Amino acid sequence: MLRGEALAAMRGDRKLFTDLDFDLHAGELLYIAGPNGSGKTTLLRMICGLVIPSAGQVLWKDENIHTLGEEFRADLLYCGHLGALKDDLSGLENLRFSCRLGGTPVSEDEAVMALSRMGLAGREDLPAKVLSQGQKRRVGLARLLLMRARLWVLDEPFTALDVGAIELLRETMRTHLAGGGLLVLTTHQQVEIEAAAVKRIEMGP
Amino acid sequence: MNGGTMLGAMRSVLARDLMLAGRRPVDVVTALFFFVIVVSLFPLGIGPEGQILHAIAPGVVWVAALLASMLSLTRLFEADFVDGTLEQMILAPQPLSLIVLGKVSAHWLVTGAPLVLMSPLLGLQFGLSGEALMILALALLLGTPALSFIGALGAALTVGLRGGGALLALLILPLCVPVLIFGAGAVDAAATGMETGAHLSLLGAFLVMALCFGPWVTAAALRIALD
Repeated sequence: MLRGEALAAMRGDRKLFTDLDFDLHAGELLYIAGPNGSGKTTLLRMICGLVIPSAGQVLWKDENIHTLGEEFRADLLYCGHLGALKDDLSGLENLRFSCRLGGTPVSEDEAVMALSRMGLAGREDLPAKVLSQGQKRRVGLARLLLMRARLWVLDEPFTALDVGAIELLRETMRTHLAGGGLLVLTTHQQVEIEAAAVKRIEMGP
Repeated sequence: MNGGTMLGAMRSVLARDLMLAGRRPVDVVTALFFFVIVVSLFPLGIGPEGQILHAIAPGVVWVAALLASMLSLTRLFEADFVDGTLEQMILAPQPLSLIVLGKVSAHWLVTGAPLVLMSPLLGLQFGLSGEALMILALALLLGTPALSFIGALGAALTVGLRGGGALLALLILPLCVPVLIFGAGAVDAAATGMETGAHLSLLGAFLVMALCFGPWVTAAALRIALD
């Protein structure tokens, strides 16, 4: 369903990677591993369509993602290492806004429920600026519980999370994959996630 | 994708930006005070010579309005860029141009509209007649949204650049010249008792053009900025 063909990326004059291929089907997980600066985030952003490949193309259901445009983006959920949270808005307002922006408006009750599942019960109305790093991540990840995107692209989702939250996130990912979803992620932590198939891309230094 | 959800994204961006402006009113008040103070400095500096004040009034008010809009426009996309919301906006399954339209509308409502409301009061300091004051407000009402759209394009081109503010001014101020000429021209014409219809029609035409092409071009610039 998601396929990369002969992808290449340049940063300035430097080649980050060339001739990169992958193929991912429903229920499968793709790990992108490699040292810092090897182009993991660039590859993720390329899969999302934020970065235009200098060669090759990314295909979703056998069509170029840039041709599909909104149709592809409706199937996509991207969590970058920036949390996309507004300091002046509460966790609840942030979550509801990002869901609406992603095309899945949620009611206040649904959003409160997702936040309390993420361990933020009673803190929904606090402005994001007073939340800790880990709590901010949890607000961002609460989107995973609410949005019905087929393809999840997650950049270092386990960073700053405690053991309980990592377990919860693993469980969420398992459910997503079991339901026929696709998952692409980068991580430095060793977290095992069961999937129909686990694929790996090792990025060179 | 039906029209409801498409406009929904625009409305939610608009509502969120208004809410953010309400939580942090400093940004809004700064632009308005800048406008009020710059305009008021001229009568204080030149002295109570009615004829000179009368002659420079349209230009002074318009230049101050232009600079006040630029002051706040530099940060239109900056905060969203820094915290990653801009990425999410580009990845949203709605046209980015509509999201841009929502952001620019919110920006105009919190910074442009107060300028329009305040302008007749400031015009009084220059001894403008009642009709000229009305035309001043009307011209600003047509002109400031056009300035917001033009400024948004500059803000999108300079998003993420250090020292983007100065570059933005260099890029955008020349594009604002027509709005300035016809905006000040309309007030000038009203003050000297001439017909203002032509000036106002041209301002309206600029607004329509900025409204149609601005968000679209700005969206393209944002995609390039985030690549």
